[in-house]
Amino acid sequence: MIEPPASAHPAQAEPAPGGSAPSLAPSADAAPPVVAFRNVSIAFDGPPVLQDISFSVAPGETRILLGPAGVGKSVMLKLVNGLLRPDRGGILLFGQEITTMPEQQLFPLRTRTGMVFQEGALFDSLTVRDNVAYQLIQEGVPDDEIDRRVRDALRFVELEETFDFYPASLSGGMRRRVAIARALIHQPELILYDSPTGGLDPVTSTTIIELIVKERDVYRTPSLLVTHRLQDAFTLCTHRFDAEEGKMVPLPQGETDPDTTFLMLEEGRLIFDGSLRDLLHTPNKFVREFLE
Amino acid sequence: MPALIHQSKKARNSPGGLSQTSAAVSLPASCAILSRGAAKSSPRRPADPMAIAAIERTAKHMVLTVQDYSLFAHRAVMNLFRPPRYWTDFLIQSNIIGVGSTSIVLLSGFFTGGVLALQSAATLSEFGATAVTGRFVSITMIRELGPVLTGIMVAGRNASSMASELGSMVVTEQIDAMRALGVDPMRKLVTPRLFACISMLLFLTILADACGILGGGFVTVFMNHQNGTQYISQAWEHLRYPDIIQGLAKPLFSGFIIASIGCFYGMRTSGGTEGVGRSTIQAVVTSSVLIIFVDFLVTQVLLTLFPAP
Repeated sequence: MIEPPASAHPAQAEPAPGGSAPSLAPSADAAPPVVAFRNVSIAFDGPPVLQDISFSVAPGETRILLGPAGVGKSVMLKLVNGLLRPDRGGILLFGQEITTMPEQQLFPLRTRTGMVFQEGALFDSLTVRDNVAYQLIQEGVPDDEIDRRVRDALRFVELEETFDFYPASLSGGMRRRVAIARALIHQPELILYDSPTGGLDPVTSTTIIELIVKERDVYRTPSLLVTHRLQDAFTLCTHRFDAEEGKMVPLPQGETDPDTTFLMLEEGRLIFDGSLRDLLHTPNKFVREFLE
Repeated sequence: MPALIHQSKKARNSPGGLSQTSAAVSLPASCAILSRGAAKSSPRRPADPMAIAAIERTAKHMVLTVQDYSLFAHRAVMNLFRPPRYWTDFLIQSNIIGVGSTSIVLLSGFFTGGVLALQSAATLSEFGATAVTGRFVSITMIRELGPVLTGIMVAGRNASSMASELGSMVVTEQIDAMRALGVDPMRKLVTPRLFACISMLLFLTILADACGILGGGFVTVFMNHQNGTQYISQAWEHLRYPDIIQGLAKPLFSGFIIASIGCFYGMRTSGGTEGVGRSTIQAVVTSSVLIIFVDFLVTQVLLTLFPAP
């Protein structure tokens, strides 16, 4: 079984409707954030994609980044682990400023994160086993241990039978699940999900969301999830994983997961940062239209 | 044309008293052609700002591309001197580039040597010098045609393959996934291809030279009905070390060009599957032209260093 990381423990984020800039310096009584953005802006040969973005992800917290397509959600996710560099502002990852960090120093930091890409981004020329074990192979882990850990990770996503398959023979949903296994095998301290249910049918989407809920409730790994599907976001917030039954079950009526909170983007600006309750009662016109 | 003149007059008669130049500058892009037409009627025609801007953009783009390529190639080479080194990938790429290209290189070398023998024998017979066919074929193959043709054949096969493979990885986010998994794509993908291509092209060129001389011999003996021993002795005895140095120096440059250009265009692919196709074309065209250009430069330098006797 995959061991949960020692540093991951539940912590409740303070809702901050309206999106106030978090301090990068941790307070005395709170654990330092896993990720902190401070006034981050980025543009690509045109108008800014993201403007003045500030938020943080606390240990054990799951943050759901909502917004319509093309608003800069994936860009924001790629900024978190330094795949993109901001034009302005600061980003702390595991307490280290990564904005100006050389690429070579970023690689070891990235191995502490797991990332699930929009279409899975599995390596076509490698089998599922080699895809999931990619990081372990690079580190020279013995083959026996690799096989054992890959089977554990594939069992977690219920795809053990695909061990020797190539990605081309998998369906879209199976690819996402393999991508989740690849992100989890190294016991990351932060997981980034880039539209993990995008383009999938409702049944497969629910399977993926169930895996994310399972990961959240079993390992308590902090995560940042990008989606434009409200249904998925609400399912994450209103369900928990029942280890005894081995499936996702709804929370009692009116209850929500306290560690699952929301961020919302509109035209490159963060217009909401808070809990589900805050989201449902916000007066912001754009949020209300999005919810409706 | 009346519309153009009208536009120009309107500008001259504007309350602000705009000169023709300032009016042309202030026109929106959609009216640029009109302003160009109006400017033609003036004896003191100012330079077309749109054309200058386009030239400036193109020049900047070219300079930036050369700068990016230089940095890219520098990083790819320097990675060999710093760990981690991916020797398994080097061997895999050597197999793909070297073994995979052997058949096309052997065939093209053989037939090139054969054509050389046919053409040279026809010309040399006019001077009664068909006996030197072997010398002509071997020196031409080893000094020039072997390295250049092998380079172009391998560029067609492998620069395109590298550009399309890496380009597909870029557009499907596999390169980003690799970076997110803590692996440097430059070290893992580019450096092994670069050194595999350089080393394999050297051996492929030697094979092509040998096959070319063999092909020339085949034509000389079986089609031109000349003496095979004479062909071989002519081919062998007149070879000098500078010829061999020239023939073996060129594939080093060609190998570098093929892999670095193929990977460079692959890694900067954008625009989906259409972009992959564009990168592939650019990689093949650029590497082929550069191979011939650098061949010219290397030949010039080596002829200066080792002048003909």
